Amino acid sequence: MQAIESFEVPAPPKVNYINAQYGLKSWLLTKDHKRIALLYLGSITFFFFIGGIYALMIRLELLTPQGDFLQSTTYNKVFTQHGIIMIFFFLIPSIPATLGNFLIPMMIGAKDLAFPRINLLSWYIYLLGGVITIYALLAGGVDTGWTFYTPYSTTFSNSYVVAAGLGIFINGFSSILTGLNFIVTIHTMRAPGMTWFRMPLFLWSHYATSLIMILGTPVIAITVLLLAFERVAKVGIFNPAMGGDPILFQHLFWFYSHPAVYIMILPSMGVISELIANFSRKNIFGYSFVAFSSLAIAVFGFLVWGHHLFVTSQSVYAGMIFSFLSFAVAIPSAIKVFNWTATLYKSSISYDTPMLYALGFIGLFTVGGMTGLFLASLATDVHLSDTYFVVAHFHYIMVGGALMGYLGGLHYWWPKITGRMYPEGWGRFSALVIFVGFNLTFLPQFVAGYLGMPRRYHAYPPEFQVFNVLSTAGASILGFGMLIPAIYFVWSMRYGRHAEANPWHLPGLEWRTQSPPPTENFEVTPVVTWDAYEFAPREETEIVGKFGPELEGI
Amino acid sequence: MEQQREAGTLGMWIFLVTEIMFFGGMFLAYALYRTTFPAAFASGSNHLDIYLGAVNTGVLILSSFTMAMAVYFTQVGNRRPQIFCLALTLLLGLTFLGIKAVEYHQKYEDHLIPGHLIPGNPFDPEVQEEGRPLDHHKLHLLTGATVAQVEMFYWIYFAMTGMHALHMIIGAGLLTFLLIYSLKGRFDPEYHSPVEVIGLYWHFVDIVWIFLFPLLYLLGRHYH
Repeated sequence: MQAIESFEVPAPPKVNYINAQYGLKSWLLTKDHKRIALLYLGSITFFFFIGGIYALMIRLELLTPQGDFLQSTTYNKVFTQHGIIMIFFFLIPSIPATLGNFLIPMMIGAKDLAFPRINLLSWYIYLLGGVITIYALLAGGVDTGWTFYTPYSTTFSNSYVVAAGLGIFINGFSSILTGLNFIVTIHTMRAPGMTWFRMPLFLWSHYATSLIMILGTPVIAITVLLLAFERVAKVGIFNPAMGGDPILFQHLFWFYSHPAVYIMILPSMGVISELIANFSRKNIFGYSFVAFSSLAIAVFGFLVWGHHLFVTSQSVYAGMIFSFLSFAVAIPSAIKVFNWTATLYKSSISYDTPMLYALGFIGLFTVGGMTGLFLASLATDVHLSDTYFVVAHFHYIMVGGALMGYLGGLHYWWPKITGRMYPEGWGRFSALVIFVGFNLTFLPQFVAGYLGMPRRYHAYPPEFQVFNVLSTAGASILGFGMLIPAIYFVWSMRYGRHAEANPWHLPGLEWRTQSPPPTENFEVTPVVTWDAYEFAPREETEIVGKFGPELEGI
Repeated sequence: MEQQREAGTLGMWIFLVTEIMFFGGMFLAYALYRTTFPAAFASGSNHLDIYLGAVNTGVLILSSFTMAMAVYFTQVGNRRPQIFCLALTLLLGLTFLGIKAVEYHQKYEDHLIPGHLIPGNPFDPEVQEEGRPLDHHKLHLLTGATVAQVEMFYWIYFAMTGMHALHMIIGAGLLTFLLIYSLKGRFDPEYHSPVEVIGLYWHFVDIVWIFLFPLLYLLGRHYH
């Protein structure tokens, strides 16, 4: 075992990837994975903001039982657009395209991804898809729900389905190229000594995510393409009036869109594995179990899409198999949760902001996962299908899981990305506000849904009002909590304390180069002789925790 | 350099996996409707020109051979046959597209373009009511098949072969790029990964056709 202190960290750098070149052109034509990660960070934050505004409008409308703030048609568009923006333009690219892009080459000791130009191309494709989708929103909006179910979307809807579909189709290629780049990079670019089982778990989860991206995304591409053709040319693979089968659309759609949930959650799990191990300063419990559970989730994730079709004409026997497989996918997820918890046992935990997000993730993801089992059971799903119970369930996974991981990871690697520390006091405060606000928003929705409140309506019976008032209050707190990091991250880029190369005193490769890193990441190609979470003996590392960033700004 | 070549080849293989999934969606739709409307699919299938389809299959297999030879001659650094093989591959690819265009035109003549893909909606029942005989499609409808179901077959036919033709057009563009670069003498035994990688793509597009030809043209020729 090697002590951390034995690694020489170069003195504070003069030249890094941010100040190596100046000017707009140096950013827009960059091939540096770190700069592309920042381009993605900016653009997905923009989309997150738009999606957030829609969320706010939904919650405002649902404050009262009557449809007074929004008309029913407007409301349909608002929840559709909230879903499309948040899923395709925020959650799916969030961690892979920013943190993954930035960190994968650094964690394996490479200079860049395998295909830097394709990496830049993927950002432009993402932007193009985004611009077309925003055009669809501004021109008149989409009201089909983010699921685009046929035949409503092909025949009856009078909204901009084709434009939105085209945006998603194009955006899919950005996802495919990112996944392809990651897989090839992890296969061919690892530094000497960086064997597969020395890789940080962040990389395993991104490898599994990339597998889903390359196997699933093409299917949604052809599905949306056929849907657009069907709408324009009045041909009918999905149209029952022409002998087509709308359930085929649902099968094809969910073949991608269920695994897409794992595109959102797996990278987040990778971040959490890093945070849990590093902030408890202990080797992760059962490294290979956590690593292979990522792959298992990717594989099982492809076999459970039918649980979205329990209330369609899908055969009962198919339903039983899908139900069983959906239960099976809970096993690798539970392995992760148990191993994280076991890692915490008798470790030296420091409650810095990233760790608060990680602990929040474990709790919220567990709630989200357990309520998923209610929906995976055939009988209970008939009762709960299309109620607020479903809405609460997947928000616990996507916001409580994916978003918590994203924010935790952003705080954790912020000193590496920008070379500045965020204000720790404000960080902890906002993490708590977000946690409270999130639970207040979505916990009441479980109850409302269980009692029968359907989703996707702008008005509801008065007896559900108490839950909706709680929910809207929670959403306000959540929104407020999100604004705090948005402000102090921007603030810290200029005024934050300078970060040293290894502010958390960790063994990972990304911490063994300056902050922010030079354009080529490492002065010399590193040679790896240690395992992923090999910490120095306890007596030498007690300094951590007290060493956390100072409480600033409070 | 070796690492780059390895990365390029692996990248193309992974890309081809995504292509399989992309076409897979259409193959699934084909399988579903073929089992649902076997008579209509046989009627539609029997109307396709099996000779043109067979010739095109031969053309593509030959082009795969010339592509493989082009890769070989690039690897050993024999420039003139390399250029010759690349040019021949491009020519065969364009031949395929030409024959495909002839076939599409025949379908247009027979009013077999589904839906509103072109003006006139030839499959539309309302258009048929305007005094045109039901058999203006020149289809031999087998027992149990309806015109609407045959329309479904032709929509799947155009979707699949159209998407394949689009890949052929992209492939022809890539071959043109290879040809220009090899005329400039850019490739040698040290550096030839673009030829290999684009070769992989070309073979893949051929293989898709190898599946499309029997599924669309051959199955159901003896259907009763």
